[in-house]
Amino acid sequence: MSIAGLFEHPLGRLGLDSLPFWKMLEHPTRSDIVNGIIATGAASVVVLGALGLIVVLTRYRLWRVLWSEWLTSPDHKKIGIMYVVIAFVMLARALIEAGLMRAQQAYGLGGGFLSPDHFAQLFSTHGTIMIFFMAMPFLTGVINYVMPLQIGARDVSFPVLNSVSLGLTAAGAALVMVSLVLGKFSTGGWFGYPPYTEATFSPGVGPDYWIWALTLGSLGSTFTGINFAVTVYKERAPGMKLMRMPLFTWTALCTSILMIFAMPPLTVATAQLALDRYLGFHYFTNALGGNMMHFANLFWLFGHPEVYILILPAFGVYSEVISTFSGKVLYGYRSLVMATMTIAILSFTVWLHHFFTMGQSANINAVFGIASMLIGIPTGVKIYDWMLTMFRGRVRFTVPMVYSIGFILLFVLGGMSGILLANPTVDYQVHNTVFLVAHFHNMAVPGLLFGMIAAYHFWFPKAFGFRLNERWGLVAALCWIFGFMLAFFPLYVLGLMGLPRRTVAYTEPSYVPLEWVAFLGALLILTALASLLWQLWVSIKQRDENRVFAGDPWDGRSLEWSNSAPPPEYNFAVIPEVKGRDAFTMSKEGGTAYQRPDTYQDIELPKNSALGPVIAALGFALAFGLVWHIWWMVILSFLAAVAALILRGFARNTTRIVTAHEVRQQHLRWIDAVATATAIARADENKPANEGLAQHASDGVVP
Amino acid sequence: MTIAWGRWGVLCAVLLLAACASDTHLTFLNPQGPVADAQRWHFYVVLGVMAVLVAGPIFLLLPFFAWRYRYGNNTSRYTPNWEFSKVLEIMAWGGPIVIVAVLAFFVWRDTHKLDPYKPLVSGQAPLRVQVIGYDWKWLFIYPDQGVASIGIMAMPAGRPVSLQITSATVMQSFFIPALGSQMYAMGGMVTQLNLQADKPGRSLGENTMYNGNGFHQQQFTAQAMTPAGFAAWIGKVRADGIPLDAHILQLVSQRATRSDLIAALPGTRSMGSNVYFRRTSAALFPAVVKATRDGERALPPAAFTPAATVPSVAPSMMEHK
Ligand code: HEM
Ligand SMILES: [Cu+2]
Repeated sequence: MSIAGLFEHPLGRLGLDSLPFWKMLEHPTRSDIVNGIIATGAASVVVLGALGLIVVLTRYRLWRVLWSEWLTSPDHKKIGIMYVVIAFVMLARALIEAGLMRAQQAYGLGGGFLSPDHFAQLFSTHGTIMIFFMAMPFLTGVINYVMPLQIGARDVSFPVLNSVSLGLTAAGAALVMVSLVLGKFSTGGWFGYPPYTEATFSPGVGPDYWIWALTLGSLGSTFTGINFAVTVYKERAPGMKLMRMPLFTWTALCTSILMIFAMPPLTVATAQLALDRYLGFHYFTNALGGNMMHFANLFWLFGHPEVYILILPAFGVYSEVISTFSGKVLYGYRSLVMATMTIAILSFTVWLHHFFTMGQSANINAVFGIASMLIGIPTGVKIYDWMLTMFRGRVRFTVPMVYSIGFILLFVLGGMSGILLANPTVDYQVHNTVFLVAHFHNMAVPGLLFGMIAAYHFWFPKAFGFRLNERWGLVAALCWIFGFMLAFFPLYVLGLMGLPRRTVAYTEPSYVPLEWVAFLGALLILTALASLLWQLWVSIKQRDENRVFAGDPWDGRSLEWSNSAPPPEYNFAVIPEVKGRDAFTMSKEGGTAYQRPDTYQDIELPKNSALGPVIAALGFALAFGLVWHIWWMVILSFLAAVAALILRGFARNTTRIVTAHEVRQQHLRWIDAVATATAIARADENKPANEGLAQHASDGVVP
Repeated sequence: MTIAWGRWGVLCAVLLLAACASDTHLTFLNPQGPVADAQRWHFYVVLGVMAVLVAGPIFLLLPFFAWRYRYGNNTSRYTPNWEFSKVLEIMAWGGPIVIVAVLAFFVWRDTHKLDPYKPLVSGQAPLRVQVIGYDWKWLFIYPDQGVASIGIMAMPAGRPVSLQITSATVMQSFFIPALGSQMYAMGGMVTQLNLQADKPGRSLGENTMYNGNGFHQQQFTAQAMTPAGFAAWIGKVRADGIPLDAHILQLVSQRATRSDLIAALPGTRSMGSNVYFRRTSAALFPAVVKATRDGERALPPAAFTPAATVPSVAPSMMEHK
């Protein structure tokens, strides 16, 4: 291609027909109008949302704050919060899409209101978003916030890389959002199997959006994995031996290791697919030596460990929550650590169960079936250990605890359907049906999502200094639990009745009643989402009554509760000395919590860096150019990104000092507040009396 | 509001009745052949073992613990620092290990017993059927009878059917739930499946791997008939079918649903919602496999010449013994 050729089509494939309402104007058929209106409505929400944000930021002069306090901040706590914000935005979109799909299927007997193509974009974006831009950012955000605090560190090992990872994830999420406004997303589902996603069968921009969104997201996750693993290995406070780490940190470590090993196969597989699509390679084509099953192998070599990347941090959250709200040491710590590690390792040995029906020999299927069931052993151990943690405890039914109990009961059912699917004999019957959809949602919703929402309730007071409203939290939790049951239990039955997944419409009348039950469930889930938003609003309004500045609202056990809420940017005025497991409980009981050190020291912190947002913008431009074949944009943004990385290499003075004086002032302000706060019994946990200071056994009370 | 609900209730009742009246078998829980029947038992056994041994104890104990050890119940014991018991720990690991060991036994046995490649035990030689997945219909070729069909897969009850499956387009998954296992159809490769219907009847057949706009319409009827009925069916197809030449196959391979195909094909008006072909060549299936693998558009003339000697399909990675 000549230089002039690069500019021949300055907008590449972009045209008026990329707009969501174009088809409706050209062919105003009933179906085109309905689908056009829905798509245009969605696009307007994106555009208006972005505009609204710009207006608010300008009106309240927040651009500078946004830039210097948030976007360029290397502080793991702020990065964590930004990840969670992305997760919530994407969760809202994906849930609305889920509701739309359920509505379509409820009306799907012989038609419905959505076109097949529109429906296919919905399940593809829903799945892609939920996994890569809801679940991954959520857990990454929670780990980011909590893990360095739990191990007594000042930050992660590579704070600027952390901000770059966030930037890459945000760019990927933005790309999926832009696909609502310009062009169409892939219709190939969240795993995008070729040859359907090859240029021969899907010539449009859809699969390209999918490929580059995943590439951005998975690069971000790979860096995150490296960053977290190094942090756990290198940044622990003195005395924080591996076997003294809180269980959440253990799961964070296992998840990071999984990220490091599992993301590359995905990046490779999507890169190969990109070569097929852009340069006419033949990795996964039908002809000329291509083989789609290579893609399936690589994808699930990522995909199965991925589900454990998603679930392990949630297991960590449940361990912390159940132990804290049972007022008891975690039962079977050593077993839980071993079980977590076992799961992490086994998760690489089972990927073939995603294609038992490929036609391989019975020996292979039987071996992989049994390997898959083996994961049930450590998972079962975990369930028993959590139950034994409640045994002879003092269980408080707070919001995170309600999610945890709902989780255990529902997760057991999901595990049972998983064991069923691990039987090749049964999988031959329910593979690719909505039984499978029910199964993985049964793991993803009560497992991962409840875990993340529990984490949000648990650590929110730490991050923002006030508790979330308990009543609305309970409403949301119950809506989630019952909504989930209504939405997904019917799918087990429908799957057994032969309904394939990804079906836009059907001709079998007996499917209708259960489809309607599932639709009602989806409505209840949307109510749950609305309750969460309302809860946030109410809680912000009532924040002054619910402050917990002293920092320990739940009588917490690990180090993150041992400082103020919110914590200072350097986390700990004095790096704690760890003497055992449940470090903070130990110091509370030993009377060594809340000490006034004699001397304070200067603290060195990383300076803000623009690299993260710059890479985000350039990564987005690069991916957008690739999707639409805007080659000048591709070349310029690529060169600029390389230049930015090289320039960063020349940056000196990348740290700044918080003086001992400032540290002392801040610390004393907090310690003084603690001294004047009233320690409360657990019965008053959800009352304004809770200032974040707990009574404990050493005070001679049953807390 | 009440009126809407009332109407809705009536609709539900009508639909349920319609479902009971529908004579197409949908599920392996109402099996129509030995494979689905065995799968049903395997399903119930695994489900039963887990319901009793896994779910049962947890569903009883967890609510009990949560209630008995609730905050504020000061009559129950409280051991805040108790963190380990050897006996309980052995049970926590041992229980799941035993359950998985028991289930692994069933997995090993039944995966081999129900290997879809394994010919079914029967006094009769299996009927050979070759299946080609197109977007968005299945083509069934009866190489020994010289006929083919779209929309219906006829088979004699009581006699095993041995299927060879491929795709002329993207990946698909061939599935008749009430008869047995599903199996992927992949371009340039051949997979196998052995099924049998025990009695005459209609079963739902479908594709479960999403392949585009017409995906949900890629269904067919698996029609089990008496042996005499099957012979009559073959005779009728030979009489009424249209010849399957290069042009017709070109139409079949368009990305279109079965009803679009029927509208485009000449001479299908009398066939209802199915399409029948007579005088098909036994060389067609292997030729499609080869052409898909080699990326060739056109098939050799032999693929359309009936009664040519039957070349066997070149071995591919999906065939194993
Ligand atoms: C909580 C409410 C949710 C509802 C109502 C919901 C609903 C749906 C529906 C209707 C489908 C399409 C099913 C079909 O193919 O027939 C679907 C697919 C999917 N969902 Fe969800 N979902 C929810 C949450 C989640 C969560 C939390 C995750 C993951 C973290 C998730 C991941 C997926 C994936 C991966 C697919 C498959 C997409 C594909 O077919 O490629 N969903 N969901
Ligand atoms: Cu898996």
